Amino acid sequence: MKTCLVVDDSRVVRKVARRILEGHDFEVTEAVDGAEALATCRAAMPEAILLDWNMPMMDGLEFLRRLRKEPRGQEPTVIFCSAETHPDRIAEALDCGADEYIMKPFDSEIIEAKFAEAGLI
Amino acid sequence: MSPGDLEFLCALVRARSGLVLTGERGFFAETRLSPLARREGAASVADLVQRVKIAGDDRLLRAVVEAMLIQETSFFRDREVFATLAETVLPSLAAAHDGPLRVWSAGCAFGQEAYSLAMLAADAPQRIALDIFASDLSSAALEKGESGLYTHFEVQRGLPIRGLLRHFEPADDAWRIAPDLRQMVRWRRLNLVDEFKVSKPFDLILCRNVVDGFYPAIRAKVFERLEHALAPGGWLVLGARETAPDGFVAAGAAGIFRRRIALVAAA
Repeated sequence: MKTCLVVDDSRVVRKVARRILEGHDFEVTEAVDGAEALATCRAAMPEAILLDWNMPMMDGLEFLRRLRKEPRGQEPTVIFCSAETHPDRIAEALDCGADEYIMKPFDSEIIEAKFAEAGLI
Repeated sequence: MSPGDLEFLCALVRARSGLVLTGERGFFAETRLSPLARREGAASVADLVQRVKIAGDDRLLRAVVEAMLIQETSFFRDREVFATLAETVLPSLAAAHDGPLRVWSAGCAFGQEAYSLAMLAADAPQRIALDIFASDLSSAALEKGESGLYTHFEVQRGLPIRGLLRHFEPADDAWRIAPDLRQMVRWRRLNLVDEFKVSKPFDLILCRNVVDGFYPAIRAKVFERLEHALAPGGWLVLGARETAPDGFVAAGAAGIFRRRIALVAAA
């Protein structure tokens, strides 16, 4: 089973994303911020990460920078998922190593389309 | 919706467009018509249908048929088809031509297919010049296509994020396609069932998931006209499950065909 880590400080977003991804046979784990996500990745590197930007403790961008320096940290496909829609900011996330980018709000079709774009489904 | 109303609508669509509404399209008639019912100030879809029956003028009949036929679509729909276009079809056509290639998106709906082609051409290692013609039965769809404006949801279906950043810019709540891509496309209202003439043959025609709904006799007529509109050796792209008639040979990915080059009769 493919694994996906959903990182978002909103419980609602995590729940919605989990439901959609489980529908595509992903085994889903959750983290509430970048720090928790990094700990999760060190224990077991997931194949995919759905990553929020603005979170307390460690934000998505900082997490991504650190992740890519970890052993095997290049492996996960990272899909950013944020309400940030300014092209410069999106480009910044891609430069930091994100593979795809979802602008919130999303629906199941967008998640499916973007995961397909990233070669995950 | 009552079975009688649905039957009436199907007969109307068939008479005006040659299309047989089956399965999903018939089933979703109510959903498709409710925005129109609101715009027309009708109390319900049933009320709208009643008005059409009693005093439907040409404008209203046309609006109803268009609302019933419009198809949801996405950018780069069927990735395999666009990969084949980018890797094989467009480069080989470009190599054999001096001027811009003539491409027709027939049944273009909201224009995502036409703009996907424009993006392919712009992103090709050696930029390919395209004259893209986009046609549809629905003037509302053409208007939207021509505006080049797509919602937050539309730009996230089929379009990679890097493609969005490269070819679109934010415009209020939506995204607008870049002017140089917009200039590649000409829009025209056309019912494929009516007689149509093209001034110069096309090198590539995309007519995906359009003719399948036609009655066989009408479908044959449309294919005949498409064949005439294509240059010999030109490419025809249909839906993945659609098949082209005798004048074409399958070429590559599902739904991609080439018009036969007429053989000189052997002595």
